[in-house]
Amino acid sequence: MTTGESVTVAADRKRPHRLAAMLRSQMRNIAPFLTLICLFGFFAAASPSFATLDNLGNILTQISVTGIIAVGLTFVILCAEIDLSIAAIANVTGIAVAYFTLQESYVNIANVPMPGWAAILLALALCALLGLVNAFGLTVIGIPSFIMTLAMMQIAAGISALLVRGQIAYKVPPLVSTLGSSSIGGVPWIVIVAALMLLGGHLVLTYTRFGRYIYMVGGNREAAEYSGLNVKLILGSVMVISAVCSGIGGMLGVAHFGSAQQNEFDTYLLDSIAAVVVGGTSLFGGRGGIGNTIVGLFVLGVLNNGLDHVNIDSFLKILIRGLILLAALVINVYAQRLRERTAD
Amino acid sequence: MPTGLKPILELQEITKAFGGVEALRGVDFALSPGEIHGLVGENGAGKSTLMKIIAGVHADFSGRFILDGKETRFRSVRDAHAAGIAMVHQELSVAPDLSVAENVFLGNQPTNRFGFVQWRRMAREAGEQLKRFGIDVDPMSRLGDLPIGLQQLIEIARVLFSGARIIILDEPTSALSPPEVERLFATLKRLRDESTSIVFISHFIEDILRVSDVVTVFRNGRKVAETKAAETSKPALIEAMIGKGREALEETYTHDIMLPPPAEKPVVLNASGLSLARSLRDVSFDVRAGEVLGIYGFMGCGQLELARILFGKLRPDQGTLAIAGGQKTFRSTADARRAGIAFVPESRRDMLFHQEPVYKNISISVLDRISSLLLKPSRERKIATRQVDQLRIRPAAVELDLGMLSGGNQQKVALAKWLSYPPRLLVLCEPTRGMDVGAKDDVIHIVRDLRAKGLAVIVLSTEPETVLSLADRVLVLKRGAVVREFSNERISKDRLLEAA
Repeated sequence: MTTGESVTVAADRKRPHRLAAMLRSQMRNIAPFLTLICLFGFFAAASPSFATLDNLGNILTQISVTGIIAVGLTFVILCAEIDLSIAAIANVTGIAVAYFTLQESYVNIANVPMPGWAAILLALALCALLGLVNAFGLTVIGIPSFIMTLAMMQIAAGISALLVRGQIAYKVPPLVSTLGSSSIGGVPWIVIVAALMLLGGHLVLTYTRFGRYIYMVGGNREAAEYSGLNVKLILGSVMVISAVCSGIGGMLGVAHFGSAQQNEFDTYLLDSIAAVVVGGTSLFGGRGGIGNTIVGLFVLGVLNNGLDHVNIDSFLKILIRGLILLAALVINVYAQRLRERTAD
Repeated sequence: MPTGLKPILELQEITKAFGGVEALRGVDFALSPGEIHGLVGENGAGKSTLMKIIAGVHADFSGRFILDGKETRFRSVRDAHAAGIAMVHQELSVAPDLSVAENVFLGNQPTNRFGFVQWRRMAREAGEQLKRFGIDVDPMSRLGDLPIGLQQLIEIARVLFSGARIIILDEPTSALSPPEVERLFATLKRLRDESTSIVFISHFIEDILRVSDVVTVFRNGRKVAETKAAETSKPALIEAMIGKGREALEETYTHDIMLPPPAEKPVVLNASGLSLARSLRDVSFDVRAGEVLGIYGFMGCGQLELARILFGKLRPDQGTLAIAGGQKTFRSTADARRAGIAFVPESRRDMLFHQEPVYKNISISVLDRISSLLLKPSRERKIATRQVDQLRIRPAAVELDLGMLSGGNQQKVALAKWLSYPPRLLVLCEPTRGMDVGAKDDVIHIVRDLRAKGLAVIVLSTEPETVLSLADRVLVLKRGAVVREFSNERISKDRLLEAA
């Protein structure tokens, strides 16, 4: 049996090892941050137009929609689940809010105009409902989230298609339009919304009971159940939260892009997953958080934006993004293994 | 007898640390060909760690590792396998969805020259091997459909007949019935006579003495004694294990114990007519406040399922539960917890968060009592510190990750998390399994304290000693049905085993 005394003795002798062990266990937080600094340094050196205040503003705006969607996804991944329907739900929510808004006469969509507040509420209800269906499939029926949300991806895309029928809508309610495409004091509203949602997500995960439950369910689902937590309720909630975050991102995104059409958000699925995982949140659940997601968002944002500044073949860009994502996944899995070894 | 032979395996000055905690300090260990080497020691003494080094699980240690006279170093379990070393770990590691034959041949199925698996040959050979071991099953049946004890035997058989020349068994008998243990020992002795070397770890000192040639004792990461089994005794080994100055704490329970008459206390839980598929048949009982009900039976008798029904993890096909008179249907474990039921499952892995600090492990099940929306970390720490003190959990550091604690202390944490707000009914599965003598005693005292405070306790175990040391009343489960109740009468280990 290990006595308290023997531990202190060992600790005194092994102080440098302790530090190394701490560094190793923090690997998942340190590595993404170093990646970010390296990328930033590289682009700043390679292009004079990169490290400017204006461009920083660009980057912030560019990562906002991804950031809003990634808040909910962080919750899901912390529970060791996945949500592949985020981009499709964002898309259908954006389209829905436009569908319930009066469009110009040349837009050939049989839409149902309503007051702005009603359109927003209906769109939110739609994404929450789709999230509930995800939650139901995952927790009550027992379909793995990977498959369930893959089906939901198709369902949401199908609703999108039925609503716009290949057309493009432009108008959204004034509130959505303001938050999505205008600024206050030089700061775009969409950046403020993204920042507030990320902050909110962080507070929930760190300081609330619900947040603690999410980490525990992700850390060891069986143990959470044997501790008397309602695991299904928690998993269901994160699926709904993810869908609602996606919906908000979708509405603001539509306003930001100035149009609502099919397949508008397709790239956001990979981007959001990449942001969460590149930031160092464990795909096995229980480790990471919004702080990691923010770093991941910046890594992707700096990468996307920086590649435009160095005038690189735009087809090569896609490959480079893929490689960076792969590198981050390798680090993610490796960090998990190091951690398990220290905790053995 | 092996004495005088050159050792097949020799370890010198082995030191291994996890985080800052040293699990082994300068340990020497030698294994001769054709010997059964017993290892004893309290939890966290370093036995399993040393064996995992030999089996290639831990590659990162200091010291010399000499196999067949040559210094070597395994980088993985694969290396160890290639060198003819195989280990049966404490936890069951089988593939439940594969057939018995596939499990027996896992990793080296017989193939023809085109690389296709020879199913018929595999089934036949697996069947023959198992029969030699006294196991008569259809080699093509799905392993997961067999009782747990049988699965464990098959896993042991796989390793025994893998052709390895060094075999390590970590607590192989904990889930076996007495006749199964006999068969295992007979096989071990036969393999020894065929000059296989066997390391045998167990908490059952009688078993160690019966089967081993040599016994090594570990304490606190050091080797403290090595002696021939014929020249030592149980008290001597216990003294070496726990150090001098402590009485032999372990009771043998070979004598009779008088169970007390039933108390006139209110019934806390009433189970009536519980049935579940193939596991349970019409199980009914009461538990009263201030009473410890022991439920004994061999592995696979339906205890695990019964315990899970009580905690809302499984729903019975038939039958009802009533808590303090009111009938209840649990839709989740959360319902059961709210009804005042606490549960400790038999496996540590399933009940704790190894990557989280101790205090979060303890506070998890009372968070909704001590905090509403926001967490109160300082209160969590205070509650955890109190529990760590009361249960004498070592090291007494609530910020330490749980994974850094030894097995016995982890088990105490699993109990601690239910005690900050005592429940009405505590359901304990195998509360002392794999624990050393001192920690067992601690647990027994904790349970007696709780009983004195008026808690109802159900203890389910496959170890007669555990039930006898704790229970006021004992039910014996056999193939899913209650076959005997001991109450207000004399009971002993013999009678208990007889009833099962």
